Amino acid sequence: MQITDDMIKYVAELAKLELSDDSKEQAKKDMSDMLDYVNMLNELDTAQVEPMSHCFPVSNVLREDVVTNVNDRENMLLNAPEKSEDSYIVPKTF
Amino acid sequence: MYSSKEIRSFTAVELGRKIADKEITSVEATKAYLEQIKNTEKDVNAYITVMEEKALERAEFIDRKIADGEVWSKLMGVPMAIKDVLCMKETLTSCGSKILGNFYPTYTSTAVQNLLDAGVVVLGKTNMDEFAMGSTTESSYFGATKNPWDLNRVPGGSSGGSAAAVAANSCAAALGTDTGGSIRQPASFCGITGIKPTYGRVSRYGQIAYGSSLDQIGPMAKDVTDCAAVLEIISGHDPKDSTSANRNDTDFTTALQNDVSGMKIGVPKDYFLDGIDEEVKEKVLAAAEKFREMGAEVEYFDLGMVKYAIPAYYIIACAEASSNLERFDGVKYGYRTEKYTDLNNMYKKTRSEGFGDEVKRRIMLGSFVLSSGYFDAYYVKALRVKALIKQAFDKAFEKYDVVLGPVAPTTALKIGESLSDPIKMYLGDVYTVSINLTGIPAVSLPCGYDKDGLPIGLQLMGQTFNEKAVIKAAYSFEQNFKDNSRHSPLYE
Repeated sequence: MQITDDMIKYVAELAKLELSDDSKEQAKKDMSDMLDYVNMLNELDTAQVEPMSHCFPVSNVLREDVVTNVNDRENMLLNAPEKSEDSYIVPKTF
Repeated sequence: MYSSKEIRSFTAVELGRKIADKEITSVEATKAYLEQIKNTEKDVNAYITVMEEKALERAEFIDRKIADGEVWSKLMGVPMAIKDVLCMKETLTSCGSKILGNFYPTYTSTAVQNLLDAGVVVLGKTNMDEFAMGSTTESSYFGATKNPWDLNRVPGGSSGGSAAAVAANSCAAALGTDTGGSIRQPASFCGITGIKPTYGRVSRYGQIAYGSSLDQIGPMAKDVTDCAAVLEIISGHDPKDSTSANRNDTDFTTALQNDVSGMKIGVPKDYFLDGIDEEVKEKVLAAAEKFREMGAEVEYFDLGMVKYAIPAYYIIACAEASSNLERFDGVKYGYRTEKYTDLNNMYKKTRSEGFGDEVKRRIMLGSFVLSSGYFDAYYVKALRVKALIKQAFDKAFEKYDVVLGPVAPTTALKIGESLSDPIKMYLGDVYTVSINLTGIPAVSLPCGYDKDGLPIGLQLMGQTFNEKAVIKAAYSFEQNFKDNSRHSPLYE
């Protein structure tokens, strides 16, 4: 499958990745090679086969809505790249 | 009084017994393994983090408990290594990535907590392919791990650090994780034993996710007995992972029986057609014949769907990875780029600088197959093929207790041989990925050596939640087969 510049730009946007010109060309080639390879699945007629998300039956697991975790804000903020007192700092969101 | 070398010559279970019998202290055991880490790490690079001080403190604490007459488990006081994909409180948990190169979790994963509750001493965190994506451990941000059998070769991956640490005897046992073969293939390349348990057997809470429907934590150790003992400790239901199974058949060490009489073993003919190294084929088929000699009923059959497992796997795994790895955005933890213009630009630059090539390649592919217009043609198609693969295995297990095959088509590859051609590298996963797609348990253990003396792995697969069948088969093989107990040159 031919991957166009527009397609790779769109996918990079979805993936939140910034690709340099060189890596863009490489990404186009890698993705195209891989899609050509996985197209082998089309040899199989799967029209009557249900898609399988889980390998064996799973059901909803419900519990009472009780808070069990403790407020660990101080420790969690130790990992923050940038913070102010009790909040994370991010660039403007608008 | 045992020397450090003697202490390291014991298996984890033997060591645990000697610690419980007060013949060896946990501090002595921990020092013996820390010494071996010093001996081998400059060559092997199996560890990202070595916790010398913490491990010794912990061992002292365990020794005091033992002196008070407490016995927590068979592995109380035994020093182990943990793959760096598993969170440990206040301990660097990098997942082999720059983007988590400064991440210190505020909590401990359930599997590791279960080991700690059993009295295990953690020596350190082991190296891995970045985010567990790879089969060589070359994609780690912290440098490649080398195979202790031949330092010019890869240890396999992604749990290459754990496998190399066991093979270099720089831990008594280790934890790995397996999404498409990441326990079994490095176990095979490093001549050790590893179990990928049934999906749901071990809680994934605190395991940094790659492909959530495929990921499973498991033991990597010196022999089948050690693997069963570790698995017994880490298994069980966990309210924090709703996919973890609530079952009472986790007494895996009861399956350590040398008896395969009447056991039905199926060998897929279509595992030996093309692409498999002659020496690997020969040894694996010889292992099948050994089982026949031992009293098992061995039959060759057509499994079917073999060549479709890799394309289905890579679509599903990459789709799940692209979603799971969205969380690494430079906001709450981990790496953040230095210069950015706005929020979106900060996300993109952080991720582009923080992730390595293979991770980006898989995120891109995953984002593509989930995007509107391609979702049905690729992602849903792969889920339908997964159902067909499951049917093929279900059919096999109607007839057989265990399915026997190779782990990988080759022995350990040379460093740098795999990275240039991603698809070629993926093809090496042909015998392992379907086990994750179908959720079943499988063990990898040595079944001989090639002409260069490199270990060859045997894979034994069982029905869903029937780890005991594969453990019994593996243990019997280990006890009866002679040429499977060589050690790497670094072992002593």
